[in-house]
Amino acid sequence: MARTADVVIIGGGIHGCSTALHLALRGLKPILIEKDYAGRHASGVNAGGVRQLARDLLEIPLSIASMELWERIEELVGDDCGFSSHGTVLIAESDEELAGFRERVDDLHLRGLTHEELIDRAELKRLVPAVSDYCPGGVVSRRDGAADPFRTTQAFRRRAVEEGAEIIEGVTVTGLTRVGSNWRVETSDGAFEAPKVVNAAGAWADRIAAMLGEPVPLTVVAPMLMVTSALAPFIEPVVILRGRKLSFKQRENGTVVIGGGHLATPYRDRNETVIDWNKLALSARTVWELFPAMHEATIVRAWAGIEAYMPDGVPVVGRSSTSEGIFHQFGFSTHGFQLGPATGAVMAELVATGSTNTPIDGLGIERFRP
Amino acid sequence: MTAASDLAPSYDLVVIGGGPAGLAAASLAARAGVSTVLFDENPGVGGQIYRAITTTPVADRAVLGEDYWAGAELASEAKASGALIVNGATVWSLDPQKIVGVSIAGKARMIEAKHVIIATGSQERPFPIPGWTLPGVMTAGGAQTALKAQGLVPSGRTVMAGTGPLLWLLAAQTLRAGGRIDAILDTTPWRNWLQALVHLPDFALSPYFAKGLALLREVKAKVPVHRIDRVGAVGKEKLSEVVFASGGRERRLPADLLLLHQGVVPNVNLANAAGVEHVWNDRQLCFVPVLDADFGSSVPGIAVTGDGAGIAGGTAAAERGRIAAIAAVRALRPEATLPDTQAIRQKLQREEMGRAFLDWLNRPAESFRQPEGETLACRCEEVTAKQVRDMARIGCEGPNQMKAFLRCGMGPCQGRLCGLTVTELIAAERKMTPAEVGYYRLRPPVKPITLAELASLPISEAERKAVER
Repeated sequence: MARTADVVIIGGGIHGCSTALHLALRGLKPILIEKDYAGRHASGVNAGGVRQLARDLLEIPLSIASMELWERIEELVGDDCGFSSHGTVLIAESDEELAGFRERVDDLHLRGLTHEELIDRAELKRLVPAVSDYCPGGVVSRRDGAADPFRTTQAFRRRAVEEGAEIIEGVTVTGLTRVGSNWRVETSDGAFEAPKVVNAAGAWADRIAAMLGEPVPLTVVAPMLMVTSALAPFIEPVVILRGRKLSFKQRENGTVVIGGGHLATPYRDRNETVIDWNKLALSARTVWELFPAMHEATIVRAWAGIEAYMPDGVPVVGRSSTSEGIFHQFGFSTHGFQLGPATGAVMAELVATGSTNTPIDGLGIERFRP
Repeated sequence: MTAASDLAPSYDLVVIGGGPAGLAAASLAARAGVSTVLFDENPGVGGQIYRAITTTPVADRAVLGEDYWAGAELASEAKASGALIVNGATVWSLDPQKIVGVSIAGKARMIEAKHVIIATGSQERPFPIPGWTLPGVMTAGGAQTALKAQGLVPSGRTVMAGTGPLLWLLAAQTLRAGGRIDAILDTTPWRNWLQALVHLPDFALSPYFAKGLALLREVKAKVPVHRIDRVGAVGKEKLSEVVFASGGRERRLPADLLLLHQGVVPNVNLANAAGVEHVWNDRQLCFVPVLDADFGSSVPGIAVTGDGAGIAGGTAAAERGRIAAIAAVRALRPEATLPDTQAIRQKLQREEMGRAFLDWLNRPAESFRQPEGETLACRCEEVTAKQVRDMARIGCEGPNQMKAFLRCGMGPCQGRLCGLTVTELIAAERKMTPAEVGYYRLRPPVKPITLAELASLPISEAERKAVER
């Protein structure tokens, strides 16, 4: 006998767990199936940036809605998730770059979006005193912040269970077929049936989509991060660059997390990644130039989480284009952590009511139809 | 001195670690005509057993014993073999493609290898007792390093506690060098004899039998030995007293130095980070790499030899190194003339004889491996045994989740001082075996490197163009 639920969610990252929680809050009975354990991959090991800054226009509504949830995250999941809000600063490394940033911020303002704010050299120095003098300014999003990714994902998981969701770990989905008005989800531990299925399988989501005859051009990537031993506090906001790849933040325990999108080699079938030190050396040089105070910092660990990247760099959120009752929520293209809280809420709304008040236009899977 | 910039971009064989296994492997391979580099992080070769063999200030050969001086021959053979031996070279990364990250004098290089022999030896088993992080408490291995490298012996009130051959060897070496030991607290459980006894006949035939007995007699003639089942270090700023008990009766000894040791276990960090599969060895109570008869690992082209393959001691390590090297030469230069493998295997078998007896006899008691309460399990992040046990009880199933919850194993030691403790605590609380619980997934760098070192990696022209502002 197949076990039944209102909704089966495939994938226990922050997105799957958030959707499970929000479905349960709506009184539905979701079962989430995760092949490893919740937060094992990108959701648990990302840089932890909670950033509205420098996002694609298509995902700004989700990002803004998420920010509202982040600011009351303890109320939502019963844990502060290590969230702190000291802003994100995008640093310009030249006047030309700053001019480009100005255009973007002006354009956002014309659209009524005011979370990004252009700053000059003096304000940059005030926000990030340790930055090298050659930087002429940048952009700040003051409500942004950072959180602890594994703790956050686990908090969503825990609260989802408290609200009635069932979370099954260590079980792999092997098939997806229509049976009457239900979807039958075959797994390594028996079958499940539900009228609705959410595909939140991250770097493995294309395999689920393929079971529905709905192939997507997903690339499996593994952005690298490294962390230093603890240093005296010297920087509060998260810092990112555009021209060169860098994200940089100091955590409350003094350690500094350095990332920015240089990629490791992923092996998704073995849950493994192989670090490319030559590229991390580029990050090290960038940090060296931007923050002279960091020269003697010690790198204690480098890692990479496996995730999905879409050709246009924005996620797939919405209904299946081929299969009634199937919904997609994947492909967050290395910036999905901040979007987790609200995307789960929006997905639950879409699954439960058939529509959503938060615009997700342009994020549908149909954009990849040949 | 070889500098990072003197290194070739690739070598046929990279040997990591300059103890007996690494020295023997590098010598044999280089003599067979394979381009070989040996990276060793210490100022001179020898590893721990032959530490400072070429430079030790301890001139009286009787102090460190003839077994120590046997290392001199290995060292000079390796030097004459044609292998490039690089000291002060810290290997901080190895991946399944056999790219080796190494730093020499603050400069890093990525070196390509066709074949890698990991000979990083053993490390002392964590010995988490109350107060083990107090200044004045150190490991016996640390004390032995000071003796071999600098000729230093303890002069204050010194207590040694633990079990295993190295404990007795260090006691003897310390006494011969004129050092002071006030008491030895032997933590070997009596009941270990039950399992050890059947292996006594084999041990009686091994070279260690007579040596071991002589060592025990030598030490016991000079130092009082107490059998104990509990020990702790007490002090405010630093160690002032050692508290110990046997069968409930508690005693105290004032002390300036407490040396702890409960055996050695393979140093798995580099192999683990390279993706080599490991299994739990219940006799030696540690994880060991899964290896074939030639010490080849689950990652093609990477061998793990010496004590890193499972504890067997220094002379066995050299033979193991030779066997691993022969396999490497066969793969890299099939036409080379090689020594008789059968003879080496027989020697190794003789050396390994009696190991079962030593392993069973010196198995540390559960109470010394699975601490309780406020005793620190992870020193780097100051995580207590109670925290780990509580977290396991409420559902944390493995060491990698534990890292994320408590940060244990996330400090600069990369889990060397807490890995086995955390695995065993989770197993105990969840009524699982350590094999089921597993070990930390270790992340490179396996030794910390500075940002400046990393930034010193040569950058290709293409990469330079891609990042120009």
